[in-house]
Amino acid sequence: MKSVVFGQYYPADSFIHRMDPRAKVILSVLFIVCTFLCRNAVSFFLMTAAALCLVLLSRIPVHLVLRSIRPLILILIFTSLINVFMTKGEMLLTPSWNIPLPWGKTWSIRIYAEGLWNAAFMILRIFILLIGTSIFLSFTTTPIAMTDALEQLFSPLKKIKIPVHDIAMMTTIALRFIPTLLEETEKIMNAQKARGADFISGGLIKRAKALLPVLIPLLISAFNRAYELATAMECRCYNGGEGRTRLKVLQLRFSDVLAILFLIAFVVGIFFLNRLGLIYTMK
Amino acid sequence: MDKILLRDVCFIYGKGTPFEKCALDHVNLSIKSGRITGIIGHTGSGKSTMMMLLNGLAKPTSGSVLIDGYDIQSRPQDVMQEWLLKEPYAGMRRSAAKRAIKQEIERRRRQLCFRVGLVMQYPEYQLFEETVYKDIAYGPSNMGLSKEEIRDRVLSAMRQSGLSEKLCEVSPFDLSGGQKRRVAIAGVIAMRPEVLVLDEPAAGLDPQGREQIFGEIRDYQRETGSTVILVSHSMEDMAQYCDDLAVMAHSKMILQGTREEVFAQTDLLETVDLDIPQITKLIQKLRQRGLNLPANIYTVDGAVAALRQLYAQTETGGREE
Amino acid sequence: MSEHFIESENLCYSYRVGNGKEDVPALKGITLTVEKGEYVAILGHNGSGKSTFAKLLNQILEPTSGKLIVGGTDLSGGELSDEEILSLRRRVGMVFQNPDNQLVATIVEDDVAFGPENLGVPQPELRKRVDDALLTVGMQDYAAQEPHRLSGGQKQRVAIAGILAMRPECIVLDEATAMLDPAGRREVLDTVRMLNRQDGITVLNITHYMNEAALADRVIVIHDGKLLLQGTPDEVFARRDLLRQVGLEVPQCSELIHRLRAERIPLEGDRISDPDGCADMICRAFGMKDREEKSHG
Repeated sequence: MKSVVFGQYYPADSFIHRMDPRAKVILSVLFIVCTFLCRNAVSFFLMTAAALCLVLLSRIPVHLVLRSIRPLILILIFTSLINVFMTKGEMLLTPSWNIPLPWGKTWSIRIYAEGLWNAAFMILRIFILLIGTSIFLSFTTTPIAMTDALEQLFSPLKKIKIPVHDIAMMTTIALRFIPTLLEETEKIMNAQKARGADFISGGLIKRAKALLPVLIPLLISAFNRAYELATAMECRCYNGGEGRTRLKVLQLRFSDVLAILFLIAFVVGIFFLNRLGLIYTMK
Repeated sequence: MDKILLRDVCFIYGKGTPFEKCALDHVNLSIKSGRITGIIGHTGSGKSTMMMLLNGLAKPTSGSVLIDGYDIQSRPQDVMQEWLLKEPYAGMRRSAAKRAIKQEIERRRRQLCFRVGLVMQYPEYQLFEETVYKDIAYGPSNMGLSKEEIRDRVLSAMRQSGLSEKLCEVSPFDLSGGQKRRVAIAGVIAMRPEVLVLDEPAAGLDPQGREQIFGEIRDYQRETGSTVILVSHSMEDMAQYCDDLAVMAHSKMILQGTREEVFAQTDLLETVDLDIPQITKLIQKLRQRGLNLPANIYTVDGAVAALRQLYAQTETGGREE
Repeated sequence: MSEHFIESENLCYSYRVGNGKEDVPALKGITLTVEKGEYVAILGHNGSGKSTFAKLLNQILEPTSGKLIVGGTDLSGGELSDEEILSLRRRVGMVFQNPDNQLVATIVEDDVAFGPENLGVPQPELRKRVDDALLTVGMQDYAAQEPHRLSGGQKQRVAIAGILAMRPECIVLDEATAMLDPAGRREVLDTVRMLNRQDGITVLNITHYMNEAALADRVIVIHDGKLLLQGTPDEVFARRDLLRQVGLEVPQCSELIHRLRAERIPLEGDRISDPDGCADMICRAFGMKDREEKSHG
């Protein structure tokens, strides 16, 4: 259980790893905007190239990136099928097949060229979206750096009484205790197994019930930990976010700003490319 | 007679991952029936892993664990192919047969847990029932015993672990630390295991609490004649309560035998960063300064007896001169 | 000239249980003083009130009655301002029993910085404090590690570093070694001993390990909410029978001296808390004659 790789963070030393996490959050938002703006073959080609560049820049092994996409294969297949069969266009590629359905009606299948284009674009869009955001956020940014970045990006919300600092502190503590609690779960499970607990046989309800002897002690211990941690934090002069300084101050560097500007330019470029109507444009 | 025998056991965590770590390195160990055996080692020496091998919570990467001469280790993947060809699994659909085999192995593992009772470190964290009685009854009821049998076992387990019968209906969470620990130990004793394994049963208790817990464990062993294994890093306690000792360091078994045999090798013990009892260190100092004392003294009683004898000798020796 | 760091007079504390209807007294009039720069061990079995005493020292609990002055701040004279409480907690650092439940951050150096961050220590002072504190406890190589990958002793040393970074005057160990193995225990004790000797930090070690008490300048024994005994380790361990009555055991060496004296072996001297002292006493009683006999034979 100790070997649980937490999140998807892949330790490496690359340009993207070194970026300010706030810049990465902004960049991934821009990247998402970009992918949704894409409408024609040229812009999709450019975006795909950009995503590949990101993978290379981040020095993350390609097979790891692909593996992170694997769970979504079903969704990809489903959306592309829907696009292939449901898009109506002008260029009919097949004769219309009529398939009689058991309840009397017939279903006529017509596949248009537009449907194939759309399916390809949808797959690419999801692909690019996932690669872009996961490279910027999960692969190159530790969860804790992410928390810091979000705390600072959202700090203006403090003015409208949203407890940004407290939420960030809670997230930090949760991140700190996840490995501890996982280890504890394993310990308690082993202890109950040693008393003959059976977690694998029986139906769903029986198995859920068998977990009670694990969940109750876990909950009690979590409460104890929370209480002790609160005392320890008080002893270390914790008094809320007011007047705190930070050991690690996030600093937006010139290169971060440059990257953001570059991506903004890219967004604008894609926007105008769409107007040119090259090869095929999605509706 | 050997109750438990470990033959050339290796255990490797996370094999094939970057986190690969060898916890047991070709370990051989024999545990004699009807005695208290202490397993001593520093943190990370592999003693906790070994405990989990004894009752099947973990399976060795290689080597075998024998109880009463029978190998207890079978992993689903090891026996699957063989069993699939045998009755009753051969007649079943493949997926059903696989499930049945897994369940059979799980059943055997549970059976093993009832034979080798394991009390983990800080066992009070495993308490979960509303009352002390129900919590102690958890193990026995998992064994599928009758109500009367369970009642009998719970009450005798409470007596053996020094809990008053009045506590039956009390919530275990209202008890003191020492009492909670007794409830947890009773929960394992109530399964009437042939072997009782305890990991640091006195950790975090004050001196009186330690003495009581160890005393109760010794009384339990004498009363039932069962085999008891104590795992600890405290040499002082082990010296006092164990008949046999096994010393582990860096995943290897470096020394085993009766406690007299083990404590005769104080020099070796010191090289593996264990806290040898203060009294043993003192005797060593006295020997270095020329007092004619035996090397294997590990309790205050032993030291008093040896010094008394030596004093009597020097007294008479002095007069003769 | 020594100065009192802690001064308590007839200090009492009662826990409220059952919705405030019932008072359970935990401390029943403790009068003691601890000098600046002293290393004191507070002994007592579980439930003797020794941990309650610790929690009063930095206002986690407030005294029910009696007088308590810590570092010049009167904790029994009514409400303290927030600044006073913060300054008190900065000066009196606490290390608790469970090493897991006092580390807040996911990275060691961030955790060490937690205290000074709360105090608003600015950069670059903050960075320097964190690095110095980690260096002092010998954990500088682990600065970027995750706390859950450390051993118990290492976690406690990080906790001590977290206190050091606040520049404390006193460190209170509230059974901080109870969950550690012998090696971890040694790491922690060596660290606080060094802090006491080199930096003059007052140390209060609340424990039930007699071997730890033997390391202190002074031992205070608390039983049933009252002060039972105090003195140097030698003086306290000499009261072996009284200690046994309250569920405490003296270290094996001291026990041996008691038992040998009961056997009418004349042992002169009082350094019974120190194994070397005990060895000297025994050698003297058995005479150098013993050694001479050997060389003759």
